[in-house]
Amino acid sequence: MNRGHQKFRNYRQEQRLTQRRVLAAAVFVFLLVCVLIGRLFYLQVIEHDLYQTKADDNRVMLVTEPPPRGLIYDRNGVVLADNRPIHSLTVTPERIADFDALKQTLNTIIDITESEWQDFDRALEEYRRPYQSITLKSQLTDEEWAKVSVDLYKLDGVQVEAQLTRYYPFGEAFAHAVGYVGRITSKDLETVDRLAYQGALFIGKTGVEGYYEETLFGQAGLNKVEVNARGRIMSELERQTPTPGKDVHLHLDARLQQYAYDLLGDYTGSVVAIDPETGGILALVSKPGYDPNLFVRGISVKDYGDLRESRKLPLFNRALRGGYPPASTIKPFMALAGLEYGFASWTEQYYAKGYYQINPNGRRYRDWKRSGHGWIDLERSIIESVDTYYYQLANKMGITPIHNFLTRFGFGQGNLLDLRGESRGLLPSNEWKKAKYKEPWYPGDSVNVGIGQGFMVATPVQIASATSALAGKGHYFYPRMAQTIGDSEAQFEENLGKEHRIVLKDQGNWDRMTNAMRRVITDSKGTARRLRGTEYDIAGKTGTGQVFSLQEDQEYDADSLDRRLHDHALFIGFAPAEKPKISVFAIFENGGSSSKPADLTRSLFDAYLYDDYPAKYDYLKGRNHE
Amino acid sequence: MSESLYQRAISFTNARLWKLVHVDVLLIASLFLLIGGGLFILYSASGQNTAMVERQALRLAIGLVVCLVLAQLPPKYMRRASPVLFAFLALLLIGVLLFGVGAKGAQRWLPLPGGLRFQPSEIMKIVMPMMIAWYFAHKPLPPTFKQILVVLTLIAVPVVMIAKQPDLGTSLLVAVSGIFVLFLAGLGWRYIIGAAISAPLAAYTLWQFMHEYQRQRVRTFWDPESDPLGAGWNIIQSKTAIGSGGIQGKGWLEGTQAQLDFLPESHTDFIIAVLAEEFGMLGCGLLILAYLLVIGRGLFIAAKASDNYARLLAGSLTLTFFVYMFVNIGMVSGILPVVGVPLPLVSYGGTSIITIMATFGILMSIQTHKRAI
Repeated sequence: MNRGHQKFRNYRQEQRLTQRRVLAAAVFVFLLVCVLIGRLFYLQVIEHDLYQTKADDNRVMLVTEPPPRGLIYDRNGVVLADNRPIHSLTVTPERIADFDALKQTLNTIIDITESEWQDFDRALEEYRRPYQSITLKSQLTDEEWAKVSVDLYKLDGVQVEAQLTRYYPFGEAFAHAVGYVGRITSKDLETVDRLAYQGALFIGKTGVEGYYEETLFGQAGLNKVEVNARGRIMSELERQTPTPGKDVHLHLDARLQQYAYDLLGDYTGSVVAIDPETGGILALVSKPGYDPNLFVRGISVKDYGDLRESRKLPLFNRALRGGYPPASTIKPFMALAGLEYGFASWTEQYYAKGYYQINPNGRRYRDWKRSGHGWIDLERSIIESVDTYYYQLANKMGITPIHNFLTRFGFGQGNLLDLRGESRGLLPSNEWKKAKYKEPWYPGDSVNVGIGQGFMVATPVQIASATSALAGKGHYFYPRMAQTIGDSEAQFEENLGKEHRIVLKDQGNWDRMTNAMRRVITDSKGTARRLRGTEYDIAGKTGTGQVFSLQEDQEYDADSLDRRLHDHALFIGFAPAEKPKISVFAIFENGGSSSKPADLTRSLFDAYLYDDYPAKYDYLKGRNHE
Repeated sequence: MSESLYQRAISFTNARLWKLVHVDVLLIASLFLLIGGGLFILYSASGQNTAMVERQALRLAIGLVVCLVLAQLPPKYMRRASPVLFAFLALLLIGVLLFGVGAKGAQRWLPLPGGLRFQPSEIMKIVMPMMIAWYFAHKPLPPTFKQILVVLTLIAVPVVMIAKQPDLGTSLLVAVSGIFVLFLAGLGWRYIIGAAISAPLAAYTLWQFMHEYQRQRVRTFWDPESDPLGAGWNIIQSKTAIGSGGIQGKGWLEGTQAQLDFLPESHTDFIIAVLAEEFGMLGCGLLILAYLLVIGRGLFIAAKASDNYARLLAGSLTLTFFVYMFVNIGMVSGILPVVGVPLPLVSYGGTSIITIMATFGILMSIQTHKRAI
């Protein structure tokens, strides 16, 4: 059959057929090339801008350079929060092929604890830009540094980096005032500019560090860099250098702070000292404190657990959050309230028995002095701290005038200007009790409030601030930590930062009250007569706050009680009485007798007014004293 | 003056000397244009790696030698050797399936003594059209239905074996090179239209035979943005490179996509994206023009060939070369799936350079062994 076909083959026709097919193919080729050109035209001309942007997005990355953090100084230029250069072992995960092998190799060179590896793994999970190194071991000792440096060439992706870490040279006494910085958590990043904190090692968490975070942090440098596909920086396109954080100068006096902390001895408690002329906080002590340096690079689970479970609550900021009954330290304020609203006068005599009854045969509210004080007047009620006088006064007044008057001193409010987490305490009122207990206010409630007990609760900062108002004869400033920020004075919200003035109907009552409080020390029956003999005048008031309620006729017997049930010992004072430079509130938790805070306060006055510190505090003097 | 220059150029290309050494001047000149441009791009695409460029140049030089040697061989010898070569290669392909070595789950290589490796499927790209052209050499055209069936069977056997390695790209190109012969031999248009209609069905069947990685490539093709960091990365980055190049390009060695490694496979399959980024549409146009010169000359040689075997073979080889180029540029620019076809003579590496140069040897042989008509 093939043979038959071959006979009649028309070669010319076959040639033309194949040539036509070649031509057809050429047309196809041409058409398909047109498709390609069209596609290129579409991508390169029509969509060019889109792809140009995409290409730039690929290669251009913003890298932040953390600014050096501002320092925190005390009033004399003592550095309370410092930046310290350290050497840290860091790892660039992108350059590590085998983590297990790296782990083994590193462990033969230096000690890396299991928790450091865990922290590292945790950091690995968190957000970070490619090729950003992660700290594996911070603060290498010189020996470790030397060891690692020798073997560094073998360890691709591992490097020793010089970094600035935060350092608190004076540790626990300042922890509650200065606060600390800590590892940046994803929660922190919700409130700050993520980009700015890229590459930052820590963020202010508490205290001044927390409140002034923005100021101390400064402005991160922004580097526009060109990166390759793996995120590695190839070149720098544009550089915006970081602006260092501003220094914060506090009113705090480092020596006073440390001295007050030490004077509390092994008691828990709090001391707050305020300069009445400015509202500046000279000392803000909450004891026990803790070592803030533990938090800087992330506290270990064990250390944190120890702090949290300690019965002395070292993490609890008593100065800001401790709710204490102000006890008898409230009496000067109560007396002024009575005078203001006409429920008391300086001349009226009152017979003080050993107890007070609202109704005959009613409950007996006991005086601290069983035998009573006999005939007394208002001034003597302050000097001898006569409870029954204030029971009756409070009962006469009722809660509303008390509430209104004490509010003017900042009780029941959070007036601290530049620390977060302050508690408002509790200044009770009719409305409050109705809302809280669905019960009316009873006269007995007022009676208890009359001696700063019962429902009333205040924080050390509040009582100290109210004391500074007494010292200033009604003229006072809300308490504040910062004096200057950078080179300029610390700015606060207009209404808050300014002076406040409590104007009494009879402004002479301020001086009379100051005089009464002076006699608390100078009078032979004054409850703080042990402070007699200073070259300057002290105005003060003692207080002992009940930790638990005694039954009506039960007697307080310190010896038979567990120390944790001892009364809190309180003292407020300011000096010199005529032109006060310092006002203090001190509380010894379960201190029993108010002699402890009274002695402490006097020591602080001596030290602050006459620069009469024990020599061991010379290291905290600062340049202003040199 | 200019006229005489033109005449001199004509006489240069027609010189008897070229005919004597069996070199087609126009073809080789277009090839040199393409190769030169390719090396130039490769220098940039490889990250200015001169060693890589030298290796590529060496490979091209070897290819050129193969090309020139093959050009000396008269087409009639090739024709006679065709069935033997085909049978031999088919055996080798079976060998590959049994003893082959390779990487990434595909075995494409036959180990040779002395540590050398050999990829029979690559040679099949030439031998397949030789075989089909041989089949038609002594038969009257156009082919009968029975002949079509025989030819399709001949095509299918090696194609399936190559596809099983698995090497989808090469098997498709081998199939295409055989089908082109069929087309050039005058395959009836009704068959062609019928095939075009049943193509979706074929595609479905093909889908069933695809390995997961191949299917993934197809899926990614339809929606590359769906997996921007994984499978879609290549296409997204190559489109970005091409598009950002614009009309004039960013300049040699200035392509950020290529130089900063955003473009994967930038020196192999995706090298055209480097050209497009750095030299823009103008650069791409020039490269395509160089390809068209080569392809145009190839088709011219095919049209002018003296017998059916030579015509069919030359035409098919040229068209296959075009398909290489079209598929590569199509896939890099995102209109065809990523099937792993290099840009012929420009992409770095591969046995393909030698085989492609061999096809041009065959074309030159066909052109220069003609009896004067």
